[in-house]
Amino acid sequence: MNIRPAPLPPQPLLWDETLAPGAHWSGVLRRGTSLRLTALEAGANLAAMLYNYESLLERYNMADTLKAQHVAFLTAGCVCYSDMGRVLCSITADSCGWHDTVCGLSDAEMVSARYGSTRFQEQRNDYYKNGRDSMLNELGKYGLGKRDLIANINFFSRVAVDDGGDLEFDRSHCQAQDYVDLRFEMHTLLVLSTCQHPLDPDTSYRPRPARLSAWVSGPAPHRDPCRERCGENARGFRNTEMMFLA
Amino acid sequence: MSAAPLESLRVIVDQVIPAGEPWLGTVRQGQTLRIVDLEGNQAVDTLFYNAHDTEERYSAVDTIRAQGNIYLTSGSSLRSNLNASLLTITEDTCGRHDTLGGACSAESNTVRYAIDKRHMHSCRDNFLLALARQTQGLTKRDLPSNINFFMNVPVSSDGALHFADGISAPGRYVQMRADMDVLVLISNCPQLNNPCNAYNPTPIQVLVWAAG
Repeated sequence: MNIRPAPLPPQPLLWDETLAPGAHWSGVLRRGTSLRLTALEAGANLAAMLYNYESLLERYNMADTLKAQHVAFLTAGCVCYSDMGRVLCSITADSCGWHDTVCGLSDAEMVSARYGSTRFQEQRNDYYKNGRDSMLNELGKYGLGKRDLIANINFFSRVAVDDGGDLEFDRSHCQAQDYVDLRFEMHTLLVLSTCQHPLDPDTSYRPRPARLSAWVSGPAPHRDPCRERCGENARGFRNTEMMFLA
Repeated sequence: MSAAPLESLRVIVDQVIPAGEPWLGTVRQGQTLRIVDLEGNQAVDTLFYNAHDTEERYSAVDTIRAQGNIYLTSGSSLRSNLNASLLTITEDTCGRHDTLGGACSAESNTVRYAIDKRHMHSCRDNFLLALARQTQGLTKRDLPSNINFFMNVPVSSDGALHFADGISAPGRYVQMRADMDVLVLISNCPQLNNPCNAYNPTPIQVLVWAAG
């Protein structure tokens, strides 16, 4: 296995934390904070949903993100748009080149059909987790629920689309130590799950761990590859910065 | 599945929706919904809800994942956020429909085109107005990524996304059978800034037939 050492994010870190295989997590990332997501093993998937922490009705919008930037996947230079024409976060670095945002989450039925049924009663904390229940678990802590199950991002997963629109999961995409850096442009509630991608053809339950490392980066500077990627992003940053003028 | 010809069934709804207007209706399990692109290349932004539990609603990503394909056509099961089938497309004379492009809004118009496009009428305004008129408690929180019937948004193998000229034509239609009782929320798209409506939004027709 090819293990590439990731360059360290700028020191000092505000905090860092390891997410266990199958874990779910949520937290608030303030404007001007950056977060590195690191895949600790090959084949990791990190499902993510993002909400404006000051107004949870404003949330990541897959469609607006894709059509503003004319892409069907995310990588460095892209930003993640909310439904209000504003930037939740910028993707400032990315070692693997493609993150899925069109395939959604696994669910309990899918996981038990593929890998078998488990219960806490027997397996304790090794019982099989699934993406949707993991997200609902975290969303409930903020008064959110099924209505707030937005189209998510699947960091570290690549699903190729052929000319007929058929999907194919790329099993060799994510290597150990692959990373992606998110720079938060507004106060953001980030919800994560390390469950496997719903199209991962692996016949065994094998979620992988991930690492979170946060530091103070400041928001997007005046000259910035994400801001300058296209006219759309320049206007998206303008809309975002209107919230933080005073 | 019933094979009763539609002509023998009772027509419950037969309504023309002018360009730029919303429509909210109910289709019961087993009934057939047809949307007709009367003049061609008219995007029809559409959402569905379980009529008895609106927290269950259309989910673009569940639909894409379940069928392993990003386009909608005959045979596509329109899935909910709980991965149940809301409706199934049974007939499609257009050939391909989008579910990645979402709805236009005042705010996304400022990003995509120019800040001074904010005032232009949009699908989200239609959705919000339709929701403001209903009494089921639906709000902006209930507007996930939608379907764009008759809209052509091809994705190339390098992952680029295009808003291409339409592949629909006058009179083409898409027809679906409801797999549960559903609310149907439509915005007949007023977008004037891209080719999704051939720069000329036009009326559509909505038909519902009784269960066979």
